[in-house]
Amino acid sequence: MSTRLAKGGRLIDRSASQEFTFNGKRLKGYKGDTLAAALLANDQMLVGRSFKYHRPRGIVAAGPEEPNALVNLGRGGRFEPNQRTTTTELFDGLEATSQNHWPSLEYDVGVVNNYVARFLPAGFYYKTFIHPRPFWKHVFEPVIRQSAGLGKAPKDRDADRYEQAYAFCDLLVVGGGVAGLHAALVAGRSGARVIVLEQTAIWGGRAPVDAEVIDGKPAGDWVEAAVAELAAMPNVTLKIRTMGAGVYDHGYVLADEKVADHTPGDGRPKHRLWRIRAGKILTATGAIERPLSFAGNDIPGVMLAASVRDYVVNYAVSPGDRTVVVTNNDDAYRTAIALVEAGLSVPAIIDARANVTGELPAKARALGIRIEAGRGVAKVLGGKRVTGVSICLQAGEGAVVDEIACDAIAMSGGWSPVVHLYSHCGGKLVWDTVSAHFRPDAAKPPINHDGGAMVYAAGIANGAMTTAAALADADTQARAALQALGIAAKSGNVPQADIVTEAAMEAVWIMPQGAGPALKAKMWLDYQNDVKVSDVQLAAREGYESVEHTKRYTTLGMATDQGKLSNINGLAVLAQALNEDIPQVGTTTFRPPYTPVTLGALAGEARGDIFQPLRRTPIHGWHEQHAAYFEPVGLWRRPYTFPRSGETHAQAVHREVLNTRTNVGMLDASTLGKIIVKGPDAGRFLDMLYTGVMSTLPVGKCRYGLMCNEQGFLSDDGVVARIDEDTWLCHTTSGGADRIHAWMEDWLQCEWWDWKVYTANVTEQYAQVAIVGPKARQLLEKLGGMDVSREALPFMQWADGTLGGFPVRVYRISFSGELSYEIAVPASHGLAFWEACQKAGADLGVMPYGTEALHIMRAEKGFIMIGDETDGTVIPQDLNLDWAISKKKEDFLGKRGQQRNHLASPDRWKLVGFEALDGSVIPDGAYVVDAGLNANGQRNVQGRITSTYFSPTLKKGIAMGLLKHGPKRMGEVVEFGTVKNGVKGTLKARVVDPVFYDKDGEKQNV
Amino acid sequence: MLILECPYCGVKAEETELSPGYEAHLKRFGPGSTDEEFESYMFARKNPKGVHFERWRHAYGCGKWFLAARCTATLEVFGTYPAQSSEPPADLVAKIKAKRPDWKGYK
Amino acid sequence: MSEPVSALGGASFTGFANVREIGPLGMVTLRAKDVAGLADAVKAVTGTALPATRRIEVAGDCACAWMSPDEYLLVVPYAQAGAAIATLNAALKGQHFLAADVSDARAVFRVEGDKAAQALAKLSPVDFAALQPGELRRTRAAQVAAAFWQQGNGYTVVCFRSVGKYVFDLLSSSAMPGSELA
Repeated sequence: MSTRLAKGGRLIDRSASQEFTFNGKRLKGYKGDTLAAALLANDQMLVGRSFKYHRPRGIVAAGPEEPNALVNLGRGGRFEPNQRTTTTELFDGLEATSQNHWPSLEYDVGVVNNYVARFLPAGFYYKTFIHPRPFWKHVFEPVIRQSAGLGKAPKDRDADRYEQAYAFCDLLVVGGGVAGLHAALVAGRSGARVIVLEQTAIWGGRAPVDAEVIDGKPAGDWVEAAVAELAAMPNVTLKIRTMGAGVYDHGYVLADEKVADHTPGDGRPKHRLWRIRAGKILTATGAIERPLSFAGNDIPGVMLAASVRDYVVNYAVSPGDRTVVVTNNDDAYRTAIALVEAGLSVPAIIDARANVTGELPAKARALGIRIEAGRGVAKVLGGKRVTGVSICLQAGEGAVVDEIACDAIAMSGGWSPVVHLYSHCGGKLVWDTVSAHFRPDAAKPPINHDGGAMVYAAGIANGAMTTAAALADADTQARAALQALGIAAKSGNVPQADIVTEAAMEAVWIMPQGAGPALKAKMWLDYQNDVKVSDVQLAAREGYESVEHTKRYTTLGMATDQGKLSNINGLAVLAQALNEDIPQVGTTTFRPPYTPVTLGALAGEARGDIFQPLRRTPIHGWHEQHAAYFEPVGLWRRPYTFPRSGETHAQAVHREVLNTRTNVGMLDASTLGKIIVKGPDAGRFLDMLYTGVMSTLPVGKCRYGLMCNEQGFLSDDGVVARIDEDTWLCHTTSGGADRIHAWMEDWLQCEWWDWKVYTANVTEQYAQVAIVGPKARQLLEKLGGMDVSREALPFMQWADGTLGGFPVRVYRISFSGELSYEIAVPASHGLAFWEACQKAGADLGVMPYGTEALHIMRAEKGFIMIGDETDGTVIPQDLNLDWAISKKKEDFLGKRGQQRNHLASPDRWKLVGFEALDGSVIPDGAYVVDAGLNANGQRNVQGRITSTYFSPTLKKGIAMGLLKHGPKRMGEVVEFGTVKNGVKGTLKARVVDPVFYDKDGEKQNV
Repeated sequence: MLILECPYCGVKAEETELSPGYEAHLKRFGPGSTDEEFESYMFARKNPKGVHFERWRHAYGCGKWFLAARCTATLEVFGTYPAQSSEPPADLVAKIKAKRPDWKGYK
Repeated sequence: MSEPVSALGGASFTGFANVREIGPLGMVTLRAKDVAGLADAVKAVTGTALPATRRIEVAGDCACAWMSPDEYLLVVPYAQAGAAIATLNAALKGQHFLAADVSDARAVFRVEGDKAAQALAKLSPVDFAALQPGELRRTRAAQVAAAFWQQGNGYTVVCFRSVGKYVFDLLSSSAMPGSELA
């Protein structure tokens, strides 16, 4: 059994006991424990079930590479699935439950998959469930979804907050082991701005665990001194619990700081995503130990050798009383020695190498540990827990030569440098035949903005596999990075670690090397996705020669651990099956993040009220108080209608339309774009921008204008006012102000940069209020202050003055066909002006109206709306707006585009009105059908609806749309395709003039 | 995520402060141009693997358009310069030629 | 006429940095370049020198900021914006320039306290350690445009009026007690 040792544990505080629960069971651990350590201390080795076969799985590792020990953490708003117990710091009150099992961890129905495992090989789902097609969606997938999957998605709103922050440095050091710390010291002492990230809560990495000696003192003491020196440097920032997640272009790094995972509910943000911009990045990310592939290597109790050491040394937790060590290298002997020194039993070290020499084996021998050289594991014995191991000749086929009783197995297949961050942005790797791993290729680093190296790998992450070598390499790499940064590195000594001579490892990928199919089918490569040696070999036999294809076919390395333990082993098995060398087969692409980053951190502050910016007019608060129903217009929120109690939205809209047509209505038009264009060349510029002529517009007058893009398609419209000799004010659509301002600046800066024109976007300087309806003038006269009579201020003119004491600019323009004034006041007075108008209009029956009433009234008048009648493929000519296009001008933006034969064709769909014969509202977007079928067997079409409303004024449905040869077909009855409740039908409508109301414009011109 | 130095205000702006404007040094063809000329202006965009000239706007900064030369494969930035340039500055062209001897020029 | 109302009516938030809306301030966008008498005209309005690239010159309640190679932002008391424009129009008459009142188009905040920069560093991709005193930085605050400069014991932040509430909520969220960066 696994248990807590009576003494030791460099990271735990035995005076601080912490209570937690696992599957409801109350358990105790110590401050400093990880959840995995605390579970093991309570003999909870079995922590989950595998993904596909639901095999019992135990804790394998002690760090972020852990594939099995994923649990649900917390509850309610703090529930999180798939949390690695090996990186979860224990805290008092922690609640964890196991996942991927039903009905319980100990008795799982899904384990039946295990007994039919030989019927579930790689690609099983692809092969089996493809026919009959509909069965996948309705039968197979729901069943598979029910039985598969990792943790459950949280149901409640996340109770925590998250944030992001930007940081800048010369050198970013990722990894707080001795190599990273020394690199940081070199850079920090040289005056560079340094940030050091360490993913755990503890500085120092492996060296203190492995009892290394640096500069004559224990590594732990060296680490303490280094951290103290760095902490005292103002130019160095140290960050623990911060995982370097990804390296991106130009020195951009994302790092996830787990601020309050271990102190939930203390008010701090749970995570903080750092967006770091570094001059250079130094990755001192260490290495990850590889498992060995032998039959039963997934039975709970089989663990990585160095992780066993971590549990014993760091947490005083023994994974078992009797631990057999299985290895192909010297490093695993440290585990055997640590176990024996802790008073535990190591019945044997099974070493695949025929010749075992070196310091560490000698020390193990001296401690009396039995060493079985040239041997391998034939099979692990046990079900939910290791009970023993049968051993065989490594060179053979698995004939059992001995059986050893044990309750834990510590395995080591060598070490793979953590090259993820080096590779994220294109850094290449080389295969190291001595250590049998990929390491960074310094000749092909990821490239920075200046063409130089962006990332420097250092220490073990760079393949310098001993502490002494790692420190020397960290020194070299840090100095190289500083030199590239143009920072003079201060000279200093490289810390000297005591040298422990290790013999070479032997690249052993499976045990025994001649294992047959029965054994291979029990050798796990990817624990989390249940991929076995036999699956990869099958993939190779079926022709999946590329590692990228094999990966997808078998799902090797595609689980949440992204193959940290399985990729190299899987690659080696594939290479063997293909009879190629590992470097020829290549490695898969490493992609960020290094370990999963919660979505909350990626969203950062952007949730709730600040999910996205909402633009508010100065009158927004009034609308809210008056129960406005809002609709989004770009980022603006505009009142759609102002429903009164008991009214539906449709009833409210109809009331607003009728009141505006008979009395007077008020619209908040502040969102309308307003751009000042000024200068000696402003007229010439506007003549290029608009299809019509603006240079001839007299001062004091307004003119409607259209803007097209260079392809000729209509892009925006609005009324232009001539303010003085060299100043115009251009109104744009509400959604178009920023876009059109940018469009103007683009042409002025990039094409006509010698033209003397300045623009200023003053959209938000003014609140703009439209006073609309037959009594509009009366309302303004009640406010008083300026002459707004027909004579003083005729249609399509503007005037400055005061109304009710407010400084105003009044435009006589109309988008409703009614007598209408649009009044601009400084935004700071917008609300007061609006309220003054409300008061002045009270006995005239004034009512506010929203965007829907605006839309209906403009449609009744046949006015087009950008975004309804236009969709980026419509030219003004399609909308019968030829009158607004100058024939005289040689050039304007879009003119050449409109001359293309498709756009100049007489067969284009053109704007007309439609009225359903039965008076109903034609469905929006409906197509006018034509004779015959197209190549897809669909009805041919000859037109479509662009706007359609019930007109409260005319008491019937009205619509505008585009129709082939439209204006020539007045009076014709056409047919629309409709779909109602899933039933296809048709609707007959008559082609009519799109101006439905007051065709002569008598109402607006009074 | 790219960093480009705005040649007007000197800010080393990151990509989120910029808005892209695609290929630089296009010649506008208006009325009177042939279909081929108009097509070249409107649609025939380069898509090189290597040196590329682009328009960027310092949209969240000084609002000015500028031009940038960079390598689309390595993202190395050779330089930025004002949009009011009919062709890349000679020193920039020389610098790119030195770094990319196979480069055939910006046209 | 009514009293001018700022976007948020002087809202404030107390966190590890303190956030408060100020204003309305008088603000004039002046677009001009290489115009005779420009420096004198600006001096007449704000009492400051013409700022160098990316700088802001402050004199009491007034300031002039460099916004782009042909744009300045003149800050004056709210009531003086009209007079400021009249002064510019008179001084630069006959030359190519544009002076527009944007006093009402902005929301202005103060973010104050020793850790004010930390609140801003959560929103803007700006290296605050490299930001010089008297430097105006135009950038992005989360999803909208913003400009700020260091002044007194904190920063003055300017954004568009319509997103004033968004920016205030952002700043408040960033300054939440317990979320200090260091």
